[in-house]
Amino acid sequence: MSNDRTAGTSRRAFLRGSVAAAAGAVAAGSARAQDADPLITEVQDWASGFGAGVDEVPYGLPIEFESDVIRRNVEWLTADTISSINFTPIHALDGTITPQGCAFERHHSGAIELKKEDYRLMINGLVETPLVFTYADLERFPRENHVYFCECAANTGMEWAGAQLNGAQFTHGMIHNMEYTGVPLRTLLAEAGLGDDLADKWVYVEGADASSNGRSIPMEKALDDVLVAFKANGEALRKEHGYPVRLVVPGWEGNMWVKWIRRIEVTSGPVESREETSKYTDTLADGTSRKWTWVMDAKSVVTSPSPQMPITHGHGPLVITGMAWSGHGRITRVDVSRDGGMTWETARLANEGENKALTRFYLDTTWAGEEMLLQSRAMDETGYVQPTKAQLREVRGENSIYHNNCIQTWHVKANGEAENVEVS
Amino acid sequence: MSKYPNLALFAGTGAGLVVMTVLAINFADRNIAPIPDNNPTVALVIPGGGADEAPAGGLIVGAAAASDGSGGTYGLGRPALPEEIAAWDLDVMPDGTGLPEGSGDVWTGEEVFAEKCAACHGDFAEGTGNWPKLAGGWDTLADKDPVKTVGSYWPYLSTVWDYIHRSMPFGAAQTLEVDEVYAMVAYILYSNDLVDEDFTLTHENFLEVEMPNADGFIVDDRAETEYPMWRTEPCMENCKDSVEITMRATVLDVTPAEEGSAEEAFETDAAIVNEDQPEAVEEAAMEESASEDTGAEALDPELVAAGENVFKKCRACHQVGEGAKHRTGPSLNGIVGHPAGAAEGFKYSRDMQAAGEDGLVWTEEELTAFLAKPKAYMSGTKMTFAGLRKEDDLAAVIEYLKSFPED
Repeated sequence: MSNDRTAGTSRRAFLRGSVAAAAGAVAAGSARAQDADPLITEVQDWASGFGAGVDEVPYGLPIEFESDVIRRNVEWLTADTISSINFTPIHALDGTITPQGCAFERHHSGAIELKKEDYRLMINGLVETPLVFTYADLERFPRENHVYFCECAANTGMEWAGAQLNGAQFTHGMIHNMEYTGVPLRTLLAEAGLGDDLADKWVYVEGADASSNGRSIPMEKALDDVLVAFKANGEALRKEHGYPVRLVVPGWEGNMWVKWIRRIEVTSGPVESREETSKYTDTLADGTSRKWTWVMDAKSVVTSPSPQMPITHGHGPLVITGMAWSGHGRITRVDVSRDGGMTWETARLANEGENKALTRFYLDTTWAGEEMLLQSRAMDETGYVQPTKAQLREVRGENSIYHNNCIQTWHVKANGEAENVEVS
Repeated sequence: MSKYPNLALFAGTGAGLVVMTVLAINFADRNIAPIPDNNPTVALVIPGGGADEAPAGGLIVGAAAASDGSGGTYGLGRPALPEEIAAWDLDVMPDGTGLPEGSGDVWTGEEVFAEKCAACHGDFAEGTGNWPKLAGGWDTLADKDPVKTVGSYWPYLSTVWDYIHRSMPFGAAQTLEVDEVYAMVAYILYSNDLVDEDFTLTHENFLEVEMPNADGFIVDDRAETEYPMWRTEPCMENCKDSVEITMRATVLDVTPAEEGSAEEAFETDAAIVNEDQPEAVEEAAMEESASEDTGAEALDPELVAAGENVFKKCRACHQVGEGAKHRTGPSLNGIVGHPAGAAEGFKYSRDMQAAGEDGLVWTEEELTAFLAKPKAYMSGTKMTFAGLRKEDDLAAVIEYLKSFPED
């Protein structure tokens, strides 16, 4: 029996609330075992025979022992998986870069297969020369690399009315963070010629899939940091993320990051498409709705311990970790509370916060089996402090659906199990 | 027809006041190289003017990327042809820009809707299952559970027309005629009690339709209503006197079980936890798929593979394989050679059910004829699919369907 398997089984046991099984696993995994460890004293197969040759796996996937670290969906959320969303297993990841293979997907008409050779990007509307680019054309423009988070506006949206989904993956997993390679949108717009008068101009961006997802973006954002991207984390975009080309709209809601982007139209105003009127608008308590709520405000979540990542190692040293991000810029500080927000201590940022990208934080501490109400609270470079759910509700009510960036609470129990709760 | 003959015409009319962002753009140095060495410094203010929808202040672009007014600077790409632009540039704006000429009445719309939309949206646009409701929901926006429909929520009629035209029906987007779209929009307006039953919607009266919630939106005002409150030094100690748990997620129990994971596989055979289990599970899966083939006539694997690709067009509504369920359309396991309209638990159209009762069996020949042009084969079918034009595709998808035996 390998340690990997023991850990997996015990974690699962925790999820089912089987504390006795978990306690056994903790003891078995302890380094204070009195008998000599056969994993050390006996020659293991892997220490004697062969492993896999270099011709066996031309493109590698995670080892089988990690097969539970996968995207998951919530069936009751949507009518059909073709127009739906799944969730990044953020509870099991560390660092900041999200591997493409487990980065959340959101499609409105399914993930299409579009070859580079069949790819065309049109720029039209209020430009001097409407242009068509091929994929090969895009690769000939000077390009840039940037790491950005992409968060669905509905991330944490199921939690407005109360604690609902029991896992960081489900409450906060509509997010990924990748290094993009692409051409600034402003370069392509300049190629088509914008002319002198940019007052009141917008760009409407549209995808090639059957949903024809389109969003209007004001010109100053289009000329600022928007990228027309064709690589993520060094390799081609995955099909589900818009291969071969997607839009990257740093700090703004994921719906605007149009996948399979086929057309960019310079317009004299917003198109007011379905996705910016009937959806992605935030209804307030009095029934009026905010529109153009593009920026994702500062937010953070503890990813471990969390409901899917109970403490299985017993008392003593404990690493509390999580991630923080802000659509307004850099994360400057993250505080962690173990008592539901009565007292806070400042966590260690693994690296200095980067502009509109995930920041990893750690609180290296000790745990003696006391119950915890774990929270994290992000601050960004504008001085914005991540609000509580009560603060958000006071301004917006409970029907906003989108842009829920509240402080999350996990109730960690004496046995190490954790649960999604709401606190006073 | 060009969408931009009269740019100055863009203004809020009819469907509601169009919100404009006032940009004050200052090209500090318009002659700099097109790609600066460093990212240009762009100071910007996100529009957020408050309830009057007039953004406070202007937007300043300190030094934008060069646009020297002469167009191309790298000489890449080629001019887009007018017919190419016409094919792709279909969006319609609130003032009617981009709306093609045409018309459609409520009753025509009802017929088209029943045929192409009702399977998901209900005969009266009331929505089925988890699919969107398109009608009703008036005066619910301030309720605990607002019902957001075209009538209760959507601010612009252009959005309805544009969305149906470009993105519907689900699984067969961009197959509707312009006049069909007018008719369907007219029917949806009628379902929402916004027009009378003898109403005909045209490009000429389009802007006269008043959308009830046109004034129900404000531009993002977080910069005024939230940021000043929350850009403060946070409390670190004695922040509250006590803390109580007020709600637990496990009480609801709506979190999906982690089925399909390796852990789950281990659990199903909890007595033994050993290194070989993943392989054992894989082998079991392979045996299962192998057993699917036994008994059936020999299938052409290449044709099956080609059919799997063709089946992508069907997947939005139909499931096949292990655990296949009825969705918008029935599960298709064992459909080849099976009586028509007979899958248990699926609500067929009257015509399909009658055809089955009259003895129609889905032989390869019948399926080929049906899938080539469903509506021509059976006018009353609920299937909105336009049909497979290529004979190769028909043969392939049927071969693929043959690879799934009846449950």
